[in-house]
Formats: sequence, structure tokens, C-alpha cells
Amino acid sequence: MDSGLTRDRLIAILMLLPSVILVAIFVYGFIAWTGYTSLTDSNALQQLSGLPAQFIGLKNYNDLFTGGLNLRFRMDMVNTVFFTIMFILVCLAVGMGLAILLDQKIKGEAIFRTIFLFPMALSFVVTGVVWKWLFNPTSGLNVLPTIIGLPAGGFRWFISEERWWPFAWQDVPLILSIIFLGIAIFAALWYWSKRRSQTAALLTALALLLLAWITFGSPRSLSGLNPERPEQHGFNVALIAVVIAAGWQMSGYTMAMYLAGLRGISEELREAARVDGCSELGVYRYVVFPLLAPITLSAMIILGHISLKIFDLVYTIGGGDNLYIDMPGINMFFTTFRSNQFGQGAAIAMLMLIMVAVVIIPYLASQLRSETKL
Amino acid sequence: MRTRSLFALLVAAALMLGVFGLASAQDAALSGDLEIFSWWTGGGEEAGLNALIARFKEMYPDVNIINSAVAGGSGVNAKAVLTTRMLGGDPPDTFQVHAGAELNSLWVKAGRMEALNDIYEANGWMEQFPAGLLDLVSDDAGNIYSVPVNIHRSNVMWYVPGKLEEWGVTVPATLDEFVNETCPTLQAAGVIPMAIGENWTQSHLWESVALAVLGVEGYNGLWDGTTNWTSPEALAVWDMYGKVLDCGNEDMNALTWQDASKLVADGAAAFNIMGDWAAGYFLVDLALTPNEGFAWAAAPGTDGVFMMLSDTFGLPKGAPHPENARAWLSFLGSAEAQDIFNPLKGSLPANTTADITNAEKYNAYFQSAYEDWTSNVIVGSQRHGAVAPAAFDSGFLNIIAQFQGDRDSTTAAANAAALAIQTGIGG
Repeated sequence: MDSGLTRDRLIAILMLLPSVILVAIFVYGFIAWTGYTSLTDSNALQQLSGLPAQFIGLKNYNDLFTGGLNLRFRMDMVNTVFFTIMFILVCLAVGMGLAILLDQKIKGEAIFRTIFLFPMALSFVVTGVVWKWLFNPTSGLNVLPTIIGLPAGGFRWFISEERWWPFAWQDVPLILSIIFLGIAIFAALWYWSKRRSQTAALLTALALLLLAWITFGSPRSLSGLNPERPEQHGFNVALIAVVIAAGWQMSGYTMAMYLAGLRGISEELREAARVDGCSELGVYRYVVFPLLAPITLSAMIILGHISLKIFDLVYTIGGGDNLYIDMPGINMFFTTFRSNQFGQGAAIAMLMLIMVAVVIIPYLASQLRSETKL
Repeated sequence: MRTRSLFALLVAAALMLGVFGLASAQDAALSGDLEIFSWWTGGGEEAGLNALIARFKEMYPDVNIINSAVAGGSGVNAKAVLTTRMLGGDPPDTFQVHAGAELNSLWVKAGRMEALNDIYEANGWMEQFPAGLLDLVSDDAGNIYSVPVNIHRSNVMWYVPGKLEEWGVTVPATLDEFVNETCPTLQAAGVIPMAIGENWTQSHLWESVALAVLGVEGYNGLWDGTTNWTSPEALAVWDMYGKVLDCGNEDMNALTWQDASKLVADGAAAFNIMGDWAAGYFLVDLALTPNEGFAWAAAPGTDGVFMMLSDTFGLPKGAPHPENARAWLSFLGSAEAQDIFNPLKGSLPANTTADITNAEKYNAYFQSAYEDWTSNVIVGSQRHGAVAPAAFDSGFLNIIAQFQGDRDSTTAAANAAALAIQTGIGG
């Protein structure tokens, strides 16, 4: 009805305008600029000489995934995936455990809560330095058993060169397509069981296509690397040290989130479950955990984007050039400012942005939807 | 009336100074800011820089010095800030840069540096600085772009004489002797034959190995394109380097260069190849006596060759206070400044008229190093920016890290060759 430019609306627009303009320039404008730079051969010499950057299409991206000199980037990708999964699992498990323990109405809860939250107050740099000392294989935690007369530990922590679950980079497309196949089959079965045959039929067709492609086509050829020389990757055991340090820092925060969630579950609900004959474990299994699901999702999103962007912790622990715990953020910094290759650095930055976006955007979208529902 | 006459007097005085052109008086008239950009933020380096600034302040009391040193990462962070500032049109008045490719292949090539020939001529430095060093800071047309402050040697091997006797080994003269005789003997005695630190110190070790295996001509050929990176000789460098790594400590990636040097001082390791900043560490931090608590030799197979690096300062185009920067650079190259700075930092003076024979200023190590500097064949250090552009040095660290894990000489050589092409070496 009052679609015209009322006074209220005008004020609202004027109030919003500065921040809209600033965000448009300094966030989205710069993302776009980075995106464009990633498509050029921009480098320090060229820029200092005042020469224009040449547009080279997706060459930087191609180099990162297939170039012989960019093994480091591919190691980063593998490291990031393993680190993110383990870091989130550790934080969720420890955070949930601590929260449940604190929720038992124990004495001095406030003190414990503060203690568990304390690591959050430290910067990752401090955490990194402290854990670097603790993890030093000849003088750190490994020496601990000798106090009670046991032999010193032999694990080499963050400088370990051990690898578990080895695979060749050439097999990554194959592994990914098998994972997709698994998801498609699982989803198809789920929809069949829900009797939504149209969606299920579509998914089944997709699964069959994938299966055919895996059997007849060769996803291996997608890797772009020489199939004769398998490039070995795997879970670098050194990452365990980083997971422990990062988990130590962020578990308290996860605990606080879960504790808030637990406090939101009314005692009546638990009582009702107990009256219905639920055991104490059952109360958690059927009442508490399902109600905590949204918290788990929020925690996963927050931890996920921290781990994908992690830089300082790994930099201080590994000194920058320890490839076994290297992360894309460090590689991006070195490629851009040490190798002076701005174009390729921008390409790594864009890939990091895409990874974070994959995690964040569905979350934001679901938040937006639930907000509009209200 | 009185103020006016005072003003007139001042003007007259200024004019007179101008007419007589007294150098000192003219310099004393300098004022305004002078921003000095470096990565000297700790230990002897910082002490040396501060001493230089204090002396400069006495000479030019009206100049306000801004010490913009950026800490960390052996200059990585500082170089990142510098690149950003230069690109953003906000250069400092003068900045630290290694002599050689680090200066030439980026700043000079991009035309961002002022030629300093007038300073060199006015101070008679053409004769005072070694010609080979001047070549490293000049372009082909003979324009000189920076003022060297110090000289460091990269290919030095450190050890403790008493300990070697105890273990029954002598300083190996060649790498073959080291890996085939010295190393097994020491390992059997439970001693680490070669103390090695994190990634960049491994790269530092590599250049001494490369120099030993390839010789001076072959090593220089890597940088001018006459030595093929995938030739059998270059492959042999990686094979030998792998053998030396096998003689190293297992926790190398967890140690800084100081940690690695300390292994030698503590008697846990026999040898350590590190630049001669380690001399300062042994002398000052660990309070050891030269030739007793620690001793040195050229890295095996590199006797008679001095692999050098040099910190220099230049004047970027568009510096806000070029006159102050020129005064600073004139001071920096003088024997006086070099004698203030180098004993504190623990390096050799680049200016040959410096008071090197003064044993109070320059200790036994530097007396002997200076002899080598003036008598040996000089080559440039790759790790420290003398022979290859920053893009190569940075990418090479990745190759070193990869090799440390897989020990695959063929891949390392192929990658180094690809990196050399990509970064325009030998082209």
C-alpha cells in the first residue's frame, strides 16, 4: 500500500547506504579483483615496472592442480581435508563431553567453565609457540614418561614424515567419484524408502551413470598428471600435533556452545522421558542429542571455516616450510609475497574462498530461510 | 625591528654557508624525516643498526629517524611489506636488500632504484669497495644502486676441536671423506655427524654441497645457464646432498639455526654448516672462545672459495626525503660506520679501508675470514639472494622440503630445472 518513498524508508536507505557501499567495495569489489588477478600472470616485477598484467585464463588454476612445481598446493589440499575433519571431530567430541560433565550440576562449575574457555583467549600464535615446545620430539612431551622411569616416547609429532592411508593424486578423481556414487546410492535408497519414486529414480539414474563412467571411462585421466609417476599423498601423521593444539584451543568454545544448548533443554522434557521409562543414556540418545543438532551444525560451520583458513598456528608450529603440516593459507602468503607471483597467489586465495563458501553458504541460506519464516 | 634584523642575519648566514659550500655545514642543515626500512629487529643486528642511527643522529641532529624494521621470518615479512609499499607508491627513504639478484632482478630491473654513482665518486668508494662486490650491486651500464654494509660467508663449517679429538675424527676436506669416513665413525660413536635445522638451513646446506660437487665454474653456471640443472653433475649434487642429510639429526625440521649450532657447542653433534652469523652466536650468546670453544673451516670441498652475501641499502625512486637518504648512505659506506656496525652484528666490513686489523673490534674469526675474503675466489650465495631472484629462492625451498621427505634426486633436479626456466634464470 505505502510503496512510495516514505520518510521512514528514506531514512532507512540513507542509514544503510554507507555500509552497503563500503561492503560492496571492500568485500565484494576486492573479491572480484582477486578473482580477476587470479586469471592473469600478475607478478611483482611486472607490476613494479608498470606493465599491464596479461590475461591467461585458468592457467594458474591448471598449474596448481597439475604443475610439477605445485606439489605443495596439492599436499595443502589433502592436509586441509584431513585436518578439517579431525579438528571438527575432536572439538565436537571434547566440547560435548565437557559440556555434559559440567551440566551435572557439579560444585565450582563456574571455575571449570572459565578454565575450559581460557585457551580461547589466547592467540593462535601463542598456542603455536607453546605447543611447538611441548611437541619437540627430544625435549617435549616425549620426555614425560622418563619421569616415572619409562622409556621416552618415540613419536615425532609435527616433524613426523609418516603417512597413513596413502593414495596417488592421480586417483583423486576416482576416489571422489566413488564417494559421489556412494552418496547417490544412499540418497536414492532413502527416497525409495520415503516412497518419493520420482526423485529416487533420478538419483538411481545418476548413480548408474557414475558407475558406468567409473567402470568404462577413466576418472584417473582427469588428474592431468603423468599416470606413469604416481604422486603419493596421504594422511600426514604430523597433522595430529596440529589437531591437538587447535583442538586444545577451540574445544572450550565448543563446550560453551553445547552448554548453552543443554541449558536450553527444559528439565520437564528429561523428566517426561524418565517417567516414560527412559534410561539416563536413553535420555541423551533420544532427547538431548536431537535437540542439540542445530548447535552441532553451528559449531561445525564455525570450526570448519576456522580450520580452512588456519595460518598462524601452523606457521608458528612448523616454521612456514614444513610441508607435512602445510595449509593453503601459508602457501598463498608465500606464493604471493615470497615468490612474488600475485596471479597464482590470487588463484590459491580464490580456491580457499570457494572451499569456505561451500561450508558457509548453505548455512547462511538456511539461517535466512528460518528468519524469513519468523 | 629586532626580529627582522635577526632574520636578515640568519639569511645572510645561510647564504654564506651556501657560498662557501662547506660540506659539513650544508649537511647539518638537513632536516625532516628519514625512514630506514630493514628486517634487523633482534640481537647484534638490531644493536648495530641502533648504534649507526645514534652516530648519524650526532652528525645530523635535525633529522628525525624513523626505524621501520619489520620482524620475523628472516626478512619474509619485511619483504612482503616493502613490496606492498613500493607498489602502493609509498616507498621508504632507504631499504635493506641483499646484494645481487635480489636487488637487480626485481628493484633495478623494474627501474625503481636511483643510481648512486655520485655518492661513490664523492667518497672515493670506487677504490674502497672490492670490484666484484660492486658488480653485484650495479647494472651492465655501470650504474651502482646500493651501498653494501657488510659481508657474510655462507660456506663455513663449525665444530669444537677438543670434541673431534675425543671422537677420533678430523675435519673432512671433501664431502666424500665426510659421508664415507667421518660420518660412519661418528654415527658409531652415537654422535650426530651434521647438525641441521629447519627448511631454510637445509637450503643453506645445499648450496655448500652444490659448490663442492660442481666447483666454482659449475656452480656459477647454474645461475648463468651454462650448467644444465638436469645434467649428471647436477643430479650428483642432489645425491650427495641426500647422503649429507642422512648424516643429519632426525629432528632437523623442529630446530632453528641456533638450535642446530647449539648441538655442536653442546657436543651432541660434530659439525654444522651455517653462515658466519653463527660466530656471533657462539661468541656472544654462548660465550665461547674462538679456536677453543668453537672453530671453523670452509665447508668440505669448498676450501679456497668464499661464498658471500651482503646486506646493502639503496635509494628507491620517489623516496620522500632523498637528500636525507643520500646523507645516510654516504655515512653507511664510510669506514667509520662499517666499524660501528660490523663488530656488533658479527660480519665483515665491505669497505676495505675499515679497521679490520683491530683485534678489539674484529675477533679471531673475522681476522681469518677477512684473509679469505681478500684472497679466495668469490661466489654468490643462492639462499641469501646473491645469485637468483626471490621467486627462485622461494620456490627452491619447496623443492628442498619435498626432497627432504622423498629423497628423489631425479624429481628434485627436474623441478629445479622447471623452476629455473619459470623464474628466468640463465635466460
